Amino acid sequence: MKNRTYNGISAPYALWCVVFIVAPLAIVAYYAFTDKTGAFTWDNISGLSMYTDTIARSVYFGIVATVICLIIGYPLAYCFARAKVSTQKILVMLIMVPMWMNFLLRAYAIMVLFEDTGIINNMLASIGLPPVHMINTSGAVIFGMVYNYLPFMVLPLYTSMTKLDGKLIEAARDLGATGFQTLRDVMIPLTSSGIVSGITMVFVPSVSTFYISQKLGGGKYTLIGDVIEMQFQTAYNYNLGASISLLLMIFILLCLFVMNRFGDTDEGGVMA
Amino acid sequence: MEKKTIIELKDISVAFGDQTVLQNLNLYIRDGEFVTLLGPSGCGKTTTLRIIAGFQEPDAGEVIFEDKCINGVPAHERQVNTIFQRYALFPHLNVYDNVAFGLRIRKMPESEIKKKVEEMLELVDLKGFNRRSIDSLSGGQQQRIAIARALAVDPRVLLLDEPLGALDLKLRKDMQVELKNIQQRLGITFIYVTHDQEEALSMSDTIVVMDHGEIQHIGTPEDIYNEPANAFVADFIGESNILDGVMKKDFKIEFSGHVFDCVDKGFKEDELVDVVIRPEDVDITSHDKGMISGVVTNVTFKGVHYEIIVDVKGFKWMIQTTDFAAVGDEIGLLIKPDEIHVMKKSKYSGLYGDYSSFSDEMDHISDVEEILIPEGDEDEEQDV
Repeated sequence: MKNRTYNGISAPYALWCVVFIVAPLAIVAYYAFTDKTGAFTWDNISGLSMYTDTIARSVYFGIVATVICLIIGYPLAYCFARAKVSTQKILVMLIMVPMWMNFLLRAYAIMVLFEDTGIINNMLASIGLPPVHMINTSGAVIFGMVYNYLPFMVLPLYTSMTKLDGKLIEAARDLGATGFQTLRDVMIPLTSSGIVSGITMVFVPSVSTFYISQKLGGGKYTLIGDVIEMQFQTAYNYNLGASISLLLMIFILLCLFVMNRFGDTDEGGVMA
Repeated sequence: MEKKTIIELKDISVAFGDQTVLQNLNLYIRDGEFVTLLGPSGCGKTTTLRIIAGFQEPDAGEVIFEDKCINGVPAHERQVNTIFQRYALFPHLNVYDNVAFGLRIRKMPESEIKKKVEEMLELVDLKGFNRRSIDSLSGGQQQRIAIARALAVDPRVLLLDEPLGALDLKLRKDMQVELKNIQQRLGITFIYVTHDQEEALSMSDTIVVMDHGEIQHIGTPEDIYNEPANAFVADFIGESNILDGVMKKDFKIEFSGHVFDCVDKGFKEDELVDVVIRPEDVDITSHDKGMISGVVTNVTFKGVHYEIIVDVKGFKWMIQTTDFAAVGDEIGLLIKPDEIHVMKKSKYSGLYGDYSSFSDEMDHISDVEEILIPEGDEDEEQDV
């Protein structure tokens, strides 16, 4: 009885999964292993070697952006979790607000700020400082990623920190731990689930992002997401685009797998 | 065996926002003593403990540890350790690693840590629990691990913040005895915070009764019970009949329309005072033989004794006696001179009344969890 109701409710979702998740994946795989005539081929896969640099750069940028987000996000989330409940709500909303704005708009806004004759350089000039070249640098691209994905780091960290009993921190201090030792031996292990999901939520979209690099990197730092877009939008090589997508997907899956293994071992005590 | 002072609090004041939590608190604690801070929720006892631990800086006043002012010394550099209300064991570590935590911080060699942890687990009677996870332990066992963890680092002073609050009655009684034993065996100073007067009376060398951020009475359990400093202390510790009296002259006091002999002196002539008479100190007799007389309005059998409520000229007394009296009987009351305790009038005079609204809830008035939370400190100050 219980089971039947359960099946009834989950049926639409199962259908959704098949139509919009499983089928598209199958189609991507199909395109990746066929040529324009629909015949099986390895060409798309072997063609990936052309993009080794792009893939390496994407991963590198993704890692840098994720690390920066973690460094900024961790203390930020801690402050959030330690604030008054009413203040917490406001702070969480504030960190979400940029996400309500369109992604493209945000990239443009950063462009306007960073340009050689942009707002920041105008301000520097007005107080007599030399201009700083920011736009079209790798730094600008990574800034764009950090800006866009920081909320995805802060929110899971914030959630895990609200669950952290403040008395445990006091207990560690009481037993003689310095601030750093408390962070290393108590806080980080107890917020590891938040750290793992924050890293995942930032790293995955950072690696596969597109457009940010075009607008803020001036086309000098093509990322894997841009290549995929190019294959579909301008080169009309769906087969190669699909194979790159597939590679990216497998790569991200591997990352998640490793990450979760790491998270699990650390969390064992908490979850048991 | 007068021991030297280990901790001294001098003129400590603390306020959270506009709420005063501690007011000019002065306290000396001798080395090796079992001191209990006793008072209702919100009296400032936990804050006092947190000041000693280093989690709270006083707004004014000095904390002295062995003749050195330790204001501003962070918690991890103080030779005191705390047992937290809900133990605060590290859930990501097993029993062994919890107890070893402080030792590892001190970079003790692993072989010595092992020895010390084993020793501590034996002390709290949990040998062989090393690899157990914290979640698999009962409340009582977690409590013991918390004690082992704090004692492992050889503190000079152990602070205990209502450590038995979360345990059931039977376990509490056992742990009371055990804690007292541990304290005597190790000879270190325990500062114990509780709102449970029985706990305080049975465990302490010295009790500090607090209310509204001020110390009301410091003394041995016997002092506190037999010679309460004011009506608050008399009411908070045990049952008591608190009456208005007039000190006619030395050794003569009038209350309930009768002049009694007493052992108190040094008051002004005709000074208004509070009189405390404990329920077990009143003898009953037939109405014509009593010093004063009244009508029994309620009788409750308590096993060892009867608890009877007697209306004497409108004031309802509680009397604990092994003699039976029936509701409606007119009986006489006999009170010996040394069982009358006279106190100066204080701001608490007249607050406690008689037993006219008596119910069992009066027994547990100290258990009422009135949590006073200063805004923004929910996390820190569950119980100031």
